[in-house]
Parts: sequence; C-alpha cells; structure tokens
Amino acid sequence: MTQQLSYLKETPSQTAGPYVHIGLAPGAAGFDIYKQELGWDIAGPNSEGERIRVEGLVIDGTGSPIKDVLLEVWQANSEGVYAHPEDGRSVEDGFRGWGRVISNFETGEWAFETIKPGRTQGRNVGTQAPHINLWIVARGINVGLNTRMYFEDEADANAEDPVLNIIEWERRRTTLIAKRTERDGQIVYRFDIKLQGEDETVFFDI
Amino acid sequence: MLKPGEFYQRDREWHPPALTRDYKTSVSRSPQYSLISLQNSVSEITGPVFGHNDIDPLDNDLIHNYAKSGESAIGERIIVHGRVLDENGRPVPNTLVEAWQANAGGRYRHWKDTYLAPIDPNFGGCGRTLTDENGYYYFRTVKPGAYPWRNWVNNWRPSHVHLSIFGSGFAQRLITQCYFEGDPLIAKCPIVNTIPDKAAQGQLIAALDMNATIPLDTIAYKFDIVLRGRRSTLFENRLEGN
Repeated sequence: MTQQLSYLKETPSQTAGPYVHIGLAPGAAGFDIYKQELGWDIAGPNSEGERIRVEGLVIDGTGSPIKDVLLEVWQANSEGVYAHPEDGRSVEDGFRGWGRVISNFETGEWAFETIKPGRTQGRNVGTQAPHINLWIVARGINVGLNTRMYFEDEADANAEDPVLNIIEWERRRTTLIAKRTERDGQIVYRFDIKLQGEDETVFFDI
Repeated sequence: MLKPGEFYQRDREWHPPALTRDYKTSVSRSPQYSLISLQNSVSEITGPVFGHNDIDPLDNDLIHNYAKSGESAIGERIIVHGRVLDENGRPVPNTLVEAWQANAGGRYRHWKDTYLAPIDPNFGGCGRTLTDENGYYYFRTVKPGAYPWRNWVNNWRPSHVHLSIFGSGFAQRLITQCYFEGDPLIAKCPIVNTIPDKAAQGQLIAALDMNATIPLDTIAYKFDIVLRGRRSTLFENRLEGN
C-alpha cells in the first residue's frame, strides 16, 4: 500500500443552459432585481488608452449564430496591468478589466466597449502581445471555452507572442486576430468566433 | 515580483467532454479540434476581484429578494450551503458565487421559458453572495421543481440550481449545477450524464444536511464546491522562449 494523496477533485462543469441570463444578466431575462448588474463597465471612466468597441458573433457548426451565448472578458489596462493583487502594480480608479456580454437574441451579435490593453508580462521572460481573454458559455457548451483575442494592428507584437507561437498551424493563428475598422469615428474590432468548421477558432486548455 | 504558482491542470476526464451526443445541443457547439494546452501566464493566474460594494446583503435570499414586502416565494424552503475550496483543500475566501434556478413549479422567470407551470410573482430565481474568510457561502431559496425539456421526446431535468464561481484566477472560472440527494431523475438526465465518471456526477449531488436545518422553518442541503488548486513555487520550470 502506498500513502494516499489528499487532493480534492475539481467540481465538474455543467452547461450554463439556456437561462444563464437569469443568473448573470437578469435584465436580459426580462426582470429587474439587483441594484446593479455586474460586468457592464469593463474599463471605467478614468482609464488611459484607446477607447475601442469589440463586436462579433459566435457561430456554431451549422454556420448559424448562437443567440444565447454569454462571454466574459478579462484584460489588462493600457499599461498591461491586470486589476489583481498578484500583478503587483496598480490600475486606474474604476478599471476592473472584467466584463460580461450576451448576444442579441435576434441576431446573435454581441459587442462591448473597453480600452485597448497593453502588452502584458510573459510567463517567464519577455512580453505577451496585447490581448483580451475570453470565456464563452452557452447551452450546449459543457465546459466554458477559453480563447484570446489579439489585434490586427499589433503585427510585430503578435509575431513575438509566446501563445500565438505555440499554435503549430500558422493558418489557425489568424482565427485569434480581430480586424480593425473605424465606424462613425469609433474604433471597432470585429472578432467572430467559430466553434466548428472551416477556420474553427483556437480554444485553449488553460 | 514573486512568480505565482500555476493552477493544476484541469482533469479533462473528470469534466464532461465537449461533444456529448445524448445532449443534442452539444453536437454543433463543440469544437472539433483539440484544445491547445497553455502554461499559465499572468493572464490566467489573475482574475476579477469583487467586494461587498458589488452586491446587496439580501442578494443571497431568493425567498425574499424579489418578493413583495411581507411576502415570500412559494415552495419547499431550503438552505443550500457549503464551502468553496481548492484542490489543496484550502478555502477560497471573498469569491463571488452566483446562483439561478427555476421556481418550485419548474418554471424559469425568463421570456424564453414557456412551460405550463406558473410564474411565482414573488420569486425571481437568482442570487449572489461572496464567500467569507473561511470560504463559506449560503443561499436561502425554495427547492426548484423538475421540468421537461426538448432533447429526447420525453426528458425531464432533475431539480437543480445553477452555480457560477470565480475563484482568484480566470483559469478557475466555473459554471456547474447542484442536484439534490435522492432525486430519481438525476440518473436519467442526459446533461448529468455528459459527465462520464459516476463519482464525478456524485460530486454534484448536494447532501441532505439535517444539522443545518432550521427546525420548523427551513431544510438544508450541503454543497461544497472545489476549484482548481495551485502549485507551490518551490521550483520554477523555465522554458526556452517562454
């Protein structure tokens, strides 16, 4: 007999289901309950950096937009600092760097406004290209999907990014790079996420 | 700056796989390629921090948080309580736990739910709370009803409460469902059965906890939640190019 390890097992994931809005965005489910819903203001009013809008679709294997998806956003500020004690540096007052957004029930389009993040520390050395971490849950998704959105206009940083570079297939790296456009004076990044099929988005086991 | 330890890898054999044909919606919503494994960086080790300014003290009382003054939700009054721990057995303090569920008749307060069972005017169906310094949390609510759903011709969800938990790092983010001891629908549920291991399924079944009941008032179920644990940083693994 060997000794027993005493680690616990992580609680298994279950789908967020079709009614995820009740718990995480009750206003979208059709009722008003909390004094404030969480996650609608990612960057706050005082943050430095370029104000941007990010929008897209999450598309299923039939090519249809998913209309009941919820995404969570986690990002650094324009200096590459995460609003978390372990980052060790401070962020602007009101910058949380976290948010949640749901798709439009009719069209599947989702969008959020934030600031463009800066380069963040690499795991051991160097830096990571500016990116937004995304976590995607919906009916039919058994374990939330992790991916990252990078920026088209950061080609040099992207070329050096340690995470993009571990993706063996260069063709697949492009699925993580949002397209930059300008509309009515606003900077808009387009980031469609494909769960299956041609140009399936890269998802990570983090 | 001290490099914080990475999270232990997620045991993908303990979690449901992405593609689970008997839960039909997963078929077109499951990535076909393998996930690409990533060593944790600061992006995964950090995560949002919440405080008592974010929520209201009544938010964890689903019996009253949407009820008219002096009224309360209809149904079997229950407490769902437990601790949020990590895989090392350490409590996860001050972390946000959010809950949502159907009412006692099995009907959700959601414009998309058209089930015959009536809406309870005094029940919203969501709550949220922060764990205390020992990782402890509780919700007061009513036991959710079972309800039919479109999958096979005749599927019924067992009574369940959806739970969303953050932890300290974004890599710990988790959504799961809490079931209730003794419910015969658990074993028949295609969503429960997305989890291949019966012991893992059992981790989602809250135990009747008579010691935590409030006599003549509310019955209790205990549901501990385990998030990913972290390596201690005795040795660094420094990889070329990372």
